[in-house]
Amino acid sequence: MQTPTSLTDPGAASRRCDTTGLSVCLTAQRFIKLNAVSAVVFLLLGGIAAILLALTRWQAVHLLPVDWFYRILTFHGLNMLIFWILLFEIAVLYFACTVPLNAKLFSRKIAWVSFGMMLVGAIMVDYIILMGKADVLMTSYLPLLAHPLFYLGIILVAVGTLIGVFNYFATLYIAKRDNTYEGSVPLVTFGATAAAIIAVITLLHGAIVMIPTFTFSMGWTPEPDPMWYRIIWWGLGHQSQQVNVCAMVAIWYLVAYLTTGAKPVNETVCRTAFLLYILFINIASAHHLLVDPGVSAGWKIWNTSYAMYLAVLASMIHGFTVPASVEIAMREKGHIKGLFGWVTSAPWRNPAFSGVTLSLLIFGFIGGITGVTLGTQQINIIAHNTLRITGHFHATVVGGTTLAFMALTYYVIPLIFRRDFICRGLARVQPWMFGGGILLVSIGMSFAGSMGVPRRSWDIESAGIYGPAAHLMLGIMGIGAILAVLGLLLFVLLCVGTLLFGEKTNGRPMADWGVAQQQGNVQETSLAHDHWAMKGTVVLTLVFLVCFAVYYFANWKALADVWPVR
Amino acid sequence: MSIEAPPRDWFKAPAGAEKLWIGLALLWCFVMSIMMPFWHFYGKQNSRGEAYSVEPTAFMERTATFIEANQVGDENGMPIVEPAPGSDAYLAAMMWSWYPILKLREGETYRIHLSSMDLNHGFSLQPLNMNFQVLPGYDHVLTLTPTSKGEFTIVCNEFCGIGHDKMIGKIIVE
Repeated sequence: MQTPTSLTDPGAASRRCDTTGLSVCLTAQRFIKLNAVSAVVFLLLGGIAAILLALTRWQAVHLLPVDWFYRILTFHGLNMLIFWILLFEIAVLYFACTVPLNAKLFSRKIAWVSFGMMLVGAIMVDYIILMGKADVLMTSYLPLLAHPLFYLGIILVAVGTLIGVFNYFATLYIAKRDNTYEGSVPLVTFGATAAAIIAVITLLHGAIVMIPTFTFSMGWTPEPDPMWYRIIWWGLGHQSQQVNVCAMVAIWYLVAYLTTGAKPVNETVCRTAFLLYILFINIASAHHLLVDPGVSAGWKIWNTSYAMYLAVLASMIHGFTVPASVEIAMREKGHIKGLFGWVTSAPWRNPAFSGVTLSLLIFGFIGGITGVTLGTQQINIIAHNTLRITGHFHATVVGGTTLAFMALTYYVIPLIFRRDFICRGLARVQPWMFGGGILLVSIGMSFAGSMGVPRRSWDIESAGIYGPAAHLMLGIMGIGAILAVLGLLLFVLLCVGTLLFGEKTNGRPMADWGVAQQQGNVQETSLAHDHWAMKGTVVLTLVFLVCFAVYYFANWKALADVWPVR
Repeated sequence: MSIEAPPRDWFKAPAGAEKLWIGLALLWCFVMSIMMPFWHFYGKQNSRGEAYSVEPTAFMERTATFIEANQVGDENGMPIVEPAPGSDAYLAAMMWSWYPILKLREGETYRIHLSSMDLNHGFSLQPLNMNFQVLPGYDHVLTLTPTSKGEFTIVCNEFCGIGHDKMIGKIIVE
C-alpha cells in the first residue's frame, strides 16, 4: 500500500503539534533533530577554537604556539563556516519542505545517507586537521597541500549536503504532485528553496575545485593552476555564505511571525528579493579577487557592481520588509504610540525575538555596509586580507546567521524535541551576550584592519610597526570574543541541559517565551491597505542609508590618500 | 503569514513606503555601480590585475639581473636596489622574505613586478595599508608612484606556512 504523502491523511507517520496545530512529519522530525544536534556539537568545537584564536591574536595574551595557531584557525573556519552551518541548514530545509507544506519527507534512506556522509566527512576533516596533516587554513590555496583525506572529507560533506538538498527538492515535487497544500508555497519555504538552489550551484563549484585537488594530492593528476583554484574556490567559499544569508532571512520572517504574528507586507516584493539572490549572488564571488593578478579591471568591476548590487538590493529590501511587517503587526495590535512605540512594546524578553532583531541589526548595519564597501573594486586595495575582512564576515556570518540560527533554536527545541527550556532567565540574556560579544569582535577587528593589521597572522610584533591603537583594538576583539564564546557556551549548555532535563510538553503547548499581545482596550485594526503605516521602519532604514553612504564615501576618501597605482 | 500559504492574489506591485524604499535602494545601488568605472578613469588608485605568465625560476633570473644592474647597497645581506625612475623593478616573494629591498624616488613612477617562488603571498605595504595578491606563475605588475617619503614595511598577509608572520620586507622612498 502506498504511504500517504499528506501529513493529515489517516495512516501518515505524523503528529499534530500541540502549540501550533500544524502536522509534523515524524521522519523529518528525526532528521531535524539529528542534524541540529550534530550542528550544535560542531558549533561548540568551533567556539572552543574561537577563544583560543582570539586569545592568541590579542597580543597581550598570545596563547597558542605558532603551529597550533594555524591548525586551530583551519579547524575554526571549517567547523564554523561549513559543518555547523550546513548541518543546521539541512535541518531548516527538512522543516521548510514538510511542516509548512503538510508533506512527508521524500525519503528516510536518502536522509540517512546525507547525514552519514556529512558526519563522516566532518569527523575525517577534523581528525586530519588535529593530527597536524592539514595546516592549510580553510581556503587551502594551492600550492599549499594537505593530506588527501582532508579534501576527501570536504568532498563527502559537500556531496552529503547535495544529497540532503536533493531530498528537499524531491519532497517539494511530491508535495506539489499530490496536492498536500493549496496555492503557492509559504514564504519561508520559498526562501529555503532559494537557499537550496544556491547551495546546488555552490557545491558544484566545490566539487569542481576539490576533486582535481584531491587527485593532485594523491599524485594522480598534475597541479591545478593556483589562480584557477582561487576563482573556483570562491565560487564555493562566497556562495556558501549566500546560502546562509537566504536561510537567515527565511528565519527572520519565520521568527517575526512566531513572535509578533508579522506577515509579509507584500509577498511579491519579498519573493522577488529572494529571486534576485539566486540570479545575481554567484557573480559576487569575484570580490575576493579584486587585487589579484590575471583578472582584468573590467571583469572585476562588472562582477562586483552591475550584478552584485542587485543582490545587495535584495538584502536592503528584506532589511525593510522584515521590520515593516513587525511594525504593522504591532500597530494592528494597538501599539501605536509615536514613531517607535511598537519597538518599545515589542517582545524583547523573548530570546528568539531579541536574537533575530540583533541578527538583523548586526547583519545590516555592520556586516552589510562593510561588506559592500570592502567589496568595491578599488576600495579593496586598502582592505584586502587585513582584519577588516574578518571584521566584516564575523558580523554577517556570526552576528547575522549564527545568531539567527540560535534564535530559531529557542523554538526548535520546544516544538520539535517537545521539551521546555531550562533556566529560561539565562536564555533571555543569551542573545544579548552573544550578539554584544560579536559586535565587539567585529569592531575590534575592523579598526585593527584599518590600521593594517593582517588577518591570519600568528604574531604582528615581527613587523614592528603596529602601535598601541592597533593593540587596543585587538584587546577589544579579545574581550568581545570572551563574551561571545561565553554566550555560545551558555547556548550549548541550555540546549543540552534542556534535551536532558527540560520538562516534557506532553500534549500541552510549549511554555510561552512572551509574544506580542493585543493592547488591552484597543480594537484590533487591519492596516493591510495603509501603505504608509510603517513610519518607524522608514525612519530606521533612512538612518541606515545615511550610515551606509557616510562609510562608503569615507573609504573612497581614505583610498584617495594612498599612493597612485594602476 | 510567512509559514502559511499566501492569499491567492498575492502578486501585487509594491506601494507606498515600500515602493519608496525600493526606489531609494535601487538608486543607491546605481550610485555605487557608477563609482567604480568612474574611479577607473578618473581616480588614481586602481587594481587592473595586469599580469603575465612566468615560471618561478625565470622570474628569479630576472630579479637577479635587475639586482646586478641596480644594486646600491646592502642591509644584513639583503641587497638594496634602486631602479631608474620609470623603469621596471622586480620583487620576489618567497617563504619567508621579500627580495630585494627597493629604493624609490618620491613622485616617480615604477613598474613593480611581483611574483611568488612558492605559495600564495600577500603584498601589504604599511603603514599605507595597500594590499595586493601575489601568486606563483603570475608576474603581477603594479604601476606605482610613491608620493610620500620614508621607510615602508611590506607585511605578508596571505598565509604561507609557519614563518608567515616573519615575512617582512622593505621599500625606501627618498
